[in-house]
Amino acid sequence: MSTASLPPQFEVVDRPLDTQMTISMGPQHPSTHGVLRLELVLDGETVVKATPDIGYLHTGMEKLFEYKKYQQGIVITDRMDYLNPLGNNLAYVMAGEKLLGLEIPERAQTIRVLMCELQRIASHLVWLGTHALDIGAMTVFFYCFREREKILNLIEAASGGRLTPSYFRIGGLMMDLPAGFENRCKQFLNDFPPAVDEFHTLLTGNKIFQKRTQGVGYISAEDAIDWGLSGPCLRGSGIALDIRRANPYCSYETYDFDIPTESDCDVWARYMVRMRELKESHKISVQALSRLKPGPVKADAPKVVLPDRQAMKKHMDALIHHFLIVAEGFDVPEGEVYHPIEASKGELGVYMKSNGGPKPARVHFRGPSFVNLSALPDIARGEMIADIVAVIGSLDIVLGEIDR
Amino acid sequence: MAEPEKPEASSISSQPSEPTPSPLVAAFQREHPDWVVQVIEALGETTLVVPKESIASICSFLKTWSETRFDFLSDLCGADRGVEEEPRFEVNYHLFSTTKHHRWRLKVLLNEDNIHVDSVTGVWRTANWHERETFDLFGVVFDGHPDLRRILLPEDWQGHSLRKDFPLRGYEPYSLK
Repeated sequence: MSTASLPPQFEVVDRPLDTQMTISMGPQHPSTHGVLRLELVLDGETVVKATPDIGYLHTGMEKLFEYKKYQQGIVITDRMDYLNPLGNNLAYVMAGEKLLGLEIPERAQTIRVLMCELQRIASHLVWLGTHALDIGAMTVFFYCFREREKILNLIEAASGGRLTPSYFRIGGLMMDLPAGFENRCKQFLNDFPPAVDEFHTLLTGNKIFQKRTQGVGYISAEDAIDWGLSGPCLRGSGIALDIRRANPYCSYETYDFDIPTESDCDVWARYMVRMRELKESHKISVQALSRLKPGPVKADAPKVVLPDRQAMKKHMDALIHHFLIVAEGFDVPEGEVYHPIEASKGELGVYMKSNGGPKPARVHFRGPSFVNLSALPDIARGEMIADIVAVIGSLDIVLGEIDR
Repeated sequence: MAEPEKPEASSISSQPSEPTPSPLVAAFQREHPDWVVQVIEALGETTLVVPKESIASICSFLKTWSETRFDFLSDLCGADRGVEEEPRFEVNYHLFSTTKHHRWRLKVLLNEDNIHVDSVTGVWRTANWHERETFDLFGVVFDGHPDLRRILLPEDWQGHSLRKDFPLRGYEPYSLK
């Protein structure tokens, strides 16, 4: 009688725990830098398998190129890697120039180098700020964005746009640098090295940052090449490969700079490579600024390059060319090229194919972020879930370029 | 004023039929004469059209051959040559050597009714996502790929969006059902 009123006994089962759990990290997770979803299979806190799921930002840009004239495609490239738009502009216009066989004047080339190196610094500053923020150091973010703001102001002064400059044109530049630009640029370049030292005092000696990054996210040199890693990720695995040296463009072979490498192959190594690249880019910018001499910034190709406003008012043929370029575009001879440049994140290659006519038959962007992210499953295997955040940060991905 | 382009245009169009390939290409042709269908050297770039049956063996040979050492696959992308073209599709492999710093492009031509080519993921693992993208946007099937799924477009997407007969705005507004 009394036994019936007792609560039922719990049966304690002693069996091994089936601890594997699948969770979604993203697409709204702040440390995935955009809309990246990772499908993580976890054993406790250890990652057994990580599968990136991309495409949330796919807007069909490569399709759109085929429906736009060559000069209209430049503004699409700005929206791919939106932290390094001038690098995208450069790869695209240089592919077009290769098809057309255009020679670019020296001043235009020097300005391209100067602007691209400033942009590389700006891109690395966003990486540094967000990478530190992901790991838990908030202050660095504000210092980085303070410096980046100065670069964006310079880019705005030259092109009129901060994030979408579209400053380069097939055949040269949109326009020459504005008056007073050189002094403002000099001012920034004087102030920048102390700022880098400031970042070092905030992070490099920081014990927590060291513990979070050293020995995390290992990828060996052979694996890095096999996975097609490029840029700072490859150099962080000890391979001194830089397209600016390997296949020089824009007269990079005449500039004096080092290729920083680290042999630790981990997040810390990739951090150190980028920190040293800030100094190298600064070095190239100083050299480019000192080389600026007056001269034309557009190639002498009236059928491709828009004429000056003054020439249009005085010469009938300039007006005709202007009308034809804007209304009908310019014909590009048949052919195909692949033009690689060293963007801030690695090898940015543009495959451009022309069947003649004013619109390309195919434009393909080999985005460094796309390829670097594809190695994530290999790097993440066996890491702790909290370290995935550090690994993604060290790969420096931009989803606009991955999804295109 | 309009002159500077003209000589360029004519030299470009005459270059593809140039019969003397560079020494490296000639050495490769001597080594494997049946692996080269056509050599195009134009605009400072080397393109080899190769038979699609042997693409995987060609790639693994070029990766280890001491003359080329193409250990790095820069890029792999498809292209649609036009709806009425006979080999309608092409797949371009952009090869790069991290030690010799030279580049080649291998090109494979595919008919629309047999749009299959062997995967090169066994040669370079980086080919994995590039091949998935080419499958997604062009419908090229890579035989032997470990995980051939759509990558950029949703799984239930109809058609392949970078084909020339796919309309720019799609067939109908896409909605998540």
